[in-house]
Amino acid sequence: MIPQDEFWMIALAGMGLVAAGFLHVLAQAGKTADEAESSKSQHTAHVLRRWLFVLLLAVFITGSWATLHHFPIPRQNQALEAKQVVSASGRLWSWQIEPATVQAHSPVEFQVTSIDVNHGFAIYSPEGRIVVQTQAMPGYTNRILHTFDQPGTYTVRCLEYCGIGHVPMTAEINVVASRGD
Amino acid sequence: MAGLVMYPEDERLTGGNRTAFDLYIVSAVALFVLMMLIGVTMRLSQATWIEVPPDLFYKFLSMHGAGMVGTMGMVTVAVMWFFLRKYVRLHLWAFVTNFVLFLLGALCIIASIFIGGYGALWTFLFPLPTDGMGMWSPHTAALFMLGYLLIGVGNLIFYLDAAAAIIKVHGNLGRALGLQWLFGGTIDPNHPKAVVASTMVIIANSLGILAGAVVLVMSLVNIFYPEVRLDALLVKNLIYWFGHMYINATIYMGAIAVYELLPRYTGKPYPISRPFLWSWAVSTVFVIVVFPHHLLMDYAQPRWLAIMGQIVSWGAGFPVFLVTMYGALTNVYRSGIRWTMPSRLLILSMFGWAAGIIPAILDGTIRINVLMHNTQWVPGHFHFYILLGVLAMVLALMYHEIGARAHLPPNSGTDRLGFPIYLVGGLIFVFAFLDAGRLSVPRRMAQHLEAWTSTDRIGAVGAVLVLLAMLYFAIRIASGLLLGGKASGGTGATHASG
Ligand code: HEM
Ligand SMILES: [Cu+2]
Repeated sequence: MIPQDEFWMIALAGMGLVAAGFLHVLAQAGKTADEAESSKSQHTAHVLRRWLFVLLLAVFITGSWATLHHFPIPRQNQALEAKQVVSASGRLWSWQIEPATVQAHSPVEFQVTSIDVNHGFAIYSPEGRIVVQTQAMPGYTNRILHTFDQPGTYTVRCLEYCGIGHVPMTAEINVVASRGD
Repeated sequence: MAGLVMYPEDERLTGGNRTAFDLYIVSAVALFVLMMLIGVTMRLSQATWIEVPPDLFYKFLSMHGAGMVGTMGMVTVAVMWFFLRKYVRLHLWAFVTNFVLFLLGALCIIASIFIGGYGALWTFLFPLPTDGMGMWSPHTAALFMLGYLLIGVGNLIFYLDAAAAIIKVHGNLGRALGLQWLFGGTIDPNHPKAVVASTMVIIANSLGILAGAVVLVMSLVNIFYPEVRLDALLVKNLIYWFGHMYINATIYMGAIAVYELLPRYTGKPYPISRPFLWSWAVSTVFVIVVFPHHLLMDYAQPRWLAIMGQIVSWGAGFPVFLVTMYGALTNVYRSGIRWTMPSRLLILSMFGWAAGIIPAILDGTIRINVLMHNTQWVPGHFHFYILLGVLAMVLALMYHEIGARAHLPPNSGTDRLGFPIYLVGGLIFVFAFLDAGRLSVPRRMAQHLEAWTSTDRIGAVGAVLVLLAMLYFAIRIASGLLLGGKASGGTGATHASG
C-alpha cells in the first residue's frame, strides 16, 4: 500500500471512531435517567475519560517517537553526500532542472530554490502520486534527499500558487535503471 | 454557570443591541450564500462541468478565501458579544465599530479583486502580491491589504473593549481564564465559560492580529518602496502566525454558543470544571505556537520549529477530544434532549470539529505533510471543521435567536429537511476533497487533469446540496429576525419531538 492510502485508512479509522462515539451517545440521548442512574453514568463517564486520556497519551508518545526519531527532513546546513545532485530552480512559470535524468536506487540530492516568488516543488510518480516535495522559496535553498526505487518518467508540478501560469508550470525527471540492475 | 432557562431575560435583544445584532447576522448569512456560490462555481469548474477562465478562477479563489475567513471572523464576534455582554459591560459602539470597519475592509477587498484584478489569494504570500505579471498591479495588492488592516483594527477595538470589561470584573486576564484554579481551590461554579473562552480569544487573536498588522505594514512598505527587500521566510512565518490564529479564533468564539446553549436543550447542567479550565489554558498556549505546521515544507526553517509544529498539532487534540467533545457528549447522554434545529446544529458542530481535526492532525505530521501538503487534503480538513463545525455553531445561535423571537424552538418541516441536506451534502463535499488529497490532486488549481475530475464531480454534487441548504437557512434566519418571528415557527414547530 502506498503511504497516501495508509494515511487515508488512519484518517478513516479515527473519524469512524469519533462517529461511533457520537452515534452511541445519540442512540441514548432521547432517554432520560433518574437520579441514581445519572450519577452512575456520570461516574462511568469519569472513569472512561481517564482511560481515554491514557490511550491518547500512549498514541501521542509512541506516534511522536515513531514519526520523529528518524527525522524526515535532511540536515540543511551541510553537504548531503549523495552521488547525484540535481539543482532545481523555479521561476514564473517554468522549472530549470539540471540534470533532468537520474538513476534509481541511489540517493539524489535536490537543491531547490526560486528566483522570483514562492513555488512548490513536488515530484509525482509515473502513477500520478506525490513521492516527495519541498517549497521553492526566493533567497533559500531547500535540500531534498530522495532515492527513487522505480524507473520511469516523473513529473514535477508547482504546488505553491504563483499566479496565472501556476498549473502549466511542470517539468519532467527521467529516472533510469542504475547500471547494476 | 450558564443556566437552563431557554430564553433568559438578560439575553433579550432590544433597541440598538437588536439592530446591531440583526445587521451582523443578516449580512453574514447573505455573505455566506454568496461566497458558497463562488465556491460551487470553482468546484463545478474543476469538475469541467462549466468553464471558468483561470484569471477569473483565481479571483474567485481570492474572494472566497478572504471573504469566508472575514465573514466567519465577523459573525463569530457577534456570537462572543451575544453571550459575553451578560457577564461584563460591553460598549455597543465597539461592537458597531467592528462591523463598520468590516464593511469598509470588505469593500476594499472586493474592489481590489473585481476592479483591480487582485489574485494573490487570501494568504498574500510575499512577493506574489507585487508580481502579478499583468493580472494585477502592486497598488491593487495594497488596496487588498488595506482592507485587511481595516478589518483587523475593527477586531482589535472590539477585543480591547472586551478585555477592559473583563478586567473590570475579574481583576486580570489570568483570573478570567481561571488559572488560579488549575492546581486546586474551589472553582466558582458561577464563573462563566463564556468569559474563559472570550479571554483566550482576546489574548491569542490580539497577538495574531498584531503580527498581521506588522506583516501588512511591511508588505505595504515594500510595495511603495521596492528597494526595501523583505525576507520571504520571515514574512511567511508572520502571515501564518496571523492567519492560523485568525481562523482558529472563530472556532473558539463559536464554541461559546455550544457551552451556553447545549444545556438548555438537554435540560442538564453543564458545569465548569478543572479539566475545562486546563483545556482552555493549554489551548491558549497551543494556538499561539502551533503555526509552524504551515511551514513544514520550508526545509530552511529551524528544525525545532518544525518539531514544535508537529508536537503541538498532536497535543491540540487532547483538549478537543477529552474536554470539548467528551463534555458535550456526556451532557447529551440520556438527557431526553429535544431535537429542534438549534440542538441538531450544536451536536453537528461538535462532530464536525472533532472528526475534522483528525485529518488536520495527520497533516500536521512532518512525514505525512511531505505527501499531503498543498493537496486537496487541506481544504478537505479545514472545510470539515469550519463548514460542519464552526458554521454549525453560528447557525445554532441564529436559529436559537429566531426561536427566542417566536417564543418557540424552531423546528419546521422544511428545517427538518434542510438539516440532513446540509449534513449529507457537507460530508460528500469534504470527503471528496480528502479523497482527492489521497490521490495527490493539488489544491488551488484552476484546471484539473482528466484523472482528477471524478472526485471533483462528487465534491461538486455535495457542494450544490450545501449551497441549497444554506440558501434556505439564510432566508429562514433573515426573515425570522427581520419579521420579528412572525415568519418563523411554521407548522412543524410544535412537534418538538425527542
Ligand atoms: C458550499 C460551501 C463551500 C464550497 C462549495 C467551497 C468551495 C471551495 C473550493 C472549491 C475551494 C478551492 C479548493 C482548491 O484549492 O482546489 C475552497 C477553498 C477555501 N474555502 Fe471554501 N467552500 C465552501 C465553504 C467554505 C466555508 C464555510 C469557508 C470558511 C468560512 C471556506 C473557506 C475556504 C478557504 C479559506 C479556502 C482556501 C482558499 C485558498 O486556497 O486560498 N469555504 N472552497
Ligand atoms: Cu505555482
